Amino acid sequence: MPPGFSPADFYNILPEIVLTSGALLVLVTDVVMSHASRPLLGRVTLAVLGATILVLLPFHDADALASQGLLAIDGFAFFFKLLFLLAAVITVLMSASYLDVEGLRAGAYYFLILCATLGMMFMASGIDLITIFVGLETMAVAFYVLVGFLKPNRRSNEAAVKYFLLGTFSLGILLFGMSMLYGLSGTTNLRELATTLATEERGPLLIMALVLVVAGIGFKIAAVPFHMWAPDVYEGAPTPITAFLSVGSKAAAVAVLLRIFVEGLPFLADVWQPLFWVLAVLTMTVGNVAALTQSNVKRMLAYSSIAHAGYVLIGVVAGTTRGVTAILVYMVVYAFMQLGAFAVIVMLRRTDVVGDELKDLSGLYFRHPAAACAMLFFMLSLGGIPPTAGFMGKFWLFGAAIESGYVWLAVIGVVNSAISLYYYVRVIVFMWFKEEALGSPIVVSPAMAVALTVSLAGAVVLGLYPGPLFELAELSAQSLGGVAGRVGALPF
Amino acid sequence: MSNAAEFPLLSLVLFTPLAGAVLLLFVDRTREDTIRWIANLSAGAGFLVSLPLWFWWDTDGTQWQFVERVPWIPSIGAEYFLGVDGFSALLVLLATMMGSIAILSSWTAITERVKEYYIFLLVLQTGMIGAFVSLDFLLFFLFWEVMLVPMYFLIGIWGSDRRLYSAIKFFLYTLVGSVVMLLGILAVYFEHHSLTGTYSFDVTRFHELNLPVEVQWWVFLAFFLGFAIKVPMFPFHTWLPDAHTDAPTAGSVILAAVLLKMGTYGFIRFSLPILPEATRQFVPMMIWLSIIGIVYGALVAMAQRDWKRLIAYSSVSHMAMVTLGLFALTPVGITGSIVQQLNHGISTGALFLLVGLVYERRHTREISEYGGLSKVMPVYAAIFLIMTMSSIGLPALNGFIGEILILQGVFVVNKMWAAVAASGIVLGAAYMLWLYQRTMFGPVDNPKNEQLADLSMREVATFVPLIILAVWIGLYPSPILRRLESSVTYVISRVNPAYAPQNANADVTAGGALAEGQ
Repeated sequence: MPPGFSPADFYNILPEIVLTSGALLVLVTDVVMSHASRPLLGRVTLAVLGATILVLLPFHDADALASQGLLAIDGFAFFFKLLFLLAAVITVLMSASYLDVEGLRAGAYYFLILCATLGMMFMASGIDLITIFVGLETMAVAFYVLVGFLKPNRRSNEAAVKYFLLGTFSLGILLFGMSMLYGLSGTTNLRELATTLATEERGPLLIMALVLVVAGIGFKIAAVPFHMWAPDVYEGAPTPITAFLSVGSKAAAVAVLLRIFVEGLPFLADVWQPLFWVLAVLTMTVGNVAALTQSNVKRMLAYSSIAHAGYVLIGVVAGTTRGVTAILVYMVVYAFMQLGAFAVIVMLRRTDVVGDELKDLSGLYFRHPAAACAMLFFMLSLGGIPPTAGFMGKFWLFGAAIESGYVWLAVIGVVNSAISLYYYVRVIVFMWFKEEALGSPIVVSPAMAVALTVSLAGAVVLGLYPGPLFELAELSAQSLGGVAGRVGALPF
Repeated sequence: MSNAAEFPLLSLVLFTPLAGAVLLLFVDRTREDTIRWIANLSAGAGFLVSLPLWFWWDTDGTQWQFVERVPWIPSIGAEYFLGVDGFSALLVLLATMMGSIAILSSWTAITERVKEYYIFLLVLQTGMIGAFVSLDFLLFFLFWEVMLVPMYFLIGIWGSDRRLYSAIKFFLYTLVGSVVMLLGILAVYFEHHSLTGTYSFDVTRFHELNLPVEVQWWVFLAFFLGFAIKVPMFPFHTWLPDAHTDAPTAGSVILAAVLLKMGTYGFIRFSLPILPEATRQFVPMMIWLSIIGIVYGALVAMAQRDWKRLIAYSSVSHMAMVTLGLFALTPVGITGSIVQQLNHGISTGALFLLVGLVYERRHTREISEYGGLSKVMPVYAAIFLIMTMSSIGLPALNGFIGEILILQGVFVVNKMWAAVAASGIVLGAAYMLWLYQRTMFGPVDNPKNEQLADLSMREVATFVPLIILAVWIGLYPSPILRRLESSVTYVISRVNPAYAPQNANADVTAGGALAEGQ
């Protein structure tokens, strides 16, 4: 045993260990196996993810520090890890048929998905700037490759280069901000940071560090004005990867955001709350307005996911335990509806149809009523119409804002969510009211059917009976703590 | 029968239509007649199971009856909490009845995508009933929004002319109102917590709350936007003529008869008792918007060349009458306002059905295309006459009772308001009678009208209950007025205590006696 480590450390990161070994197993299987039995790889990947989830479950009420305080194994981390793994499962489920149509090598693909998930899991547990950064890099590098996985496709190449260049640049900015925090406090541990810096005088350097960190993470969650990459990358990447990128990567970045600001820098809340207020408003509004005119569904969903980052920032602005609870709820709900919507787009990809233009959805109802109904629910959920899960998520985010006294922010939020309905409904119009589009028949593979069913169940059941999710989210949020609400009563 | 013991009647009423919709999912789409039968039977069953709300109602019982209460989202205090008072019980009955009639009326009118059509109608039905029976604010909001999507599809798929435009206009317009209302709900929720220390969406608890006046003021505006768009009050009415005109007949009927009541129901159930001080402050604004609505709606109706659009604008005018009576804040005014809501549901619902019948035969709604129909379709003309009279408030029919109570309630507060409102009634008589004259009387100029078939048995059947109700409410409204007493007293004691409780009873009885005297 190396000095400073105990067996408990290995136990605490058991899920990560299982996932890492599993990822290697996938890689080895790919080399060993014959080309014909490729479908097996997807199953191996699913088994690895399933095993990781099983190993993770006992940690639901854990509260420990592992690896000399580099990792926090708490309810907050558990919640996000579970979310990442579920998102990865759905992504893998929808990938199989897509890989066949595109003729991609499955081994490296699944391996990279597992690596990205691993990075996310470290991000959620990271209580130290170093861990967070390493997790972020792991995830980002895996995504750089995945985004450009369609080698002969120009858009995919462009997306990969763009994502790589802007991504490394933003990581540089983030690292710069983190190093300034280290310089000011003498520690990289967020909990120590909170105590050492709280008593320090606020210099311009501290504010500068804060702004740089915001910019770095803002890039990952695609908050305006750091969102420029998102539409191109989302459009160019293989669709299942777009789905995973928009859900997993965003959720992981949100986890880091909450760790750094709510847990690490709560004493600076009066500085970062206005900052996030502005970001939230910009992100929601720009995302929604830009989405209005898109004719490519992937691009539209990219802008919509920018807008959703804006809604999430409302919860960050509130910063209270309720705000964090609302964010956790929202990330789960968002994962189901966003993955589901992308799964439908993946389903439309056939050898003769790319399937990501709005017109490709035309008359989907007549071709495949079940898929059109599922997409209807995903769109309504993204738009926040009850009784879908999207409503419950938004409802509680706005609730957190109102409770913390940010009434105007909530007003801007609901107005935005009304605007967003316009483009979500447009998708419905194409599916239900327009004539059928040309192209070969739509075939739904069993794996895809499972992916759609799970997403749909999530988007509907969590809207009708969200009680358990709310409770779990609240427990997890409590392990993180929160900023005290601004005032007791409403500032009318 | 008090409170029907432990039997979950409201849940049964609520989910019967939904069960029908789920059943329809499993029926093959080509078996259209089977689908029609199932839809009609489940709507009919929905109406039958709602009848105990009338027969088992205990006039001397508690304020809220048929109560059901189960935790729904315990961590935030939301409950599955259903219950009705006299007012909402009547609205539920109106909804189940008009829903069945609307579904029956679609038998021959809808020939495309029949299955989806009935599924949407039945889901809509559940949404409407849910909004009326929910005593949990979050649950109410859920049902309130659930109504939007089926209605959107009904207009968008089975509508006419500019249906997509009208559908999205309806959808976004009402959505903006309701999301702002949601913020109001959240504000009350958190205020309730800071005043009492419990998290709850229980509306009856909110009714006992004394919110700070500034909070009430803002929340009133938030609720106002949601409800006023739904009513719709001037100047938020512009979605209504489009939606009504382009909706299929059943859609228009439900829109007019039930959906518009959501707004006025919201005012009575939420705005008035939860925000009494703010309500009193806003009375002048609400009254003037109502008066403008009455006169403006009537004048615009007079200028219409489209039969359905004319009825749509008459709806604006009539609903403004309802809000006028409501915001007089007197017991008689509110009673009249509620009665008039039921009347409007009956008579305007019937008028839309009537337009739908000729539209189905001729595929045009231009008034100038018709003329002399009373010669070709005598039964039709007779029913149309009754409903016209009911709509303009002829004594012995239902419209009169509502209008006289409203005017009486307004008169004691301000004579000027009553005078202007009365002029709206005159205008109403003018455009309706003129419509009747242009379509029913005169020579049969248009050769296309010569061969029009009169009403079939099924078509007549859709009107029978409406005519019975129109005459019954017109001649003997006291069973209805009695059921409203406790609801009105409850609201008045919160919003205008000067009238409550002893005055309230006296006045309502006076109003009832007056009505019975006709």
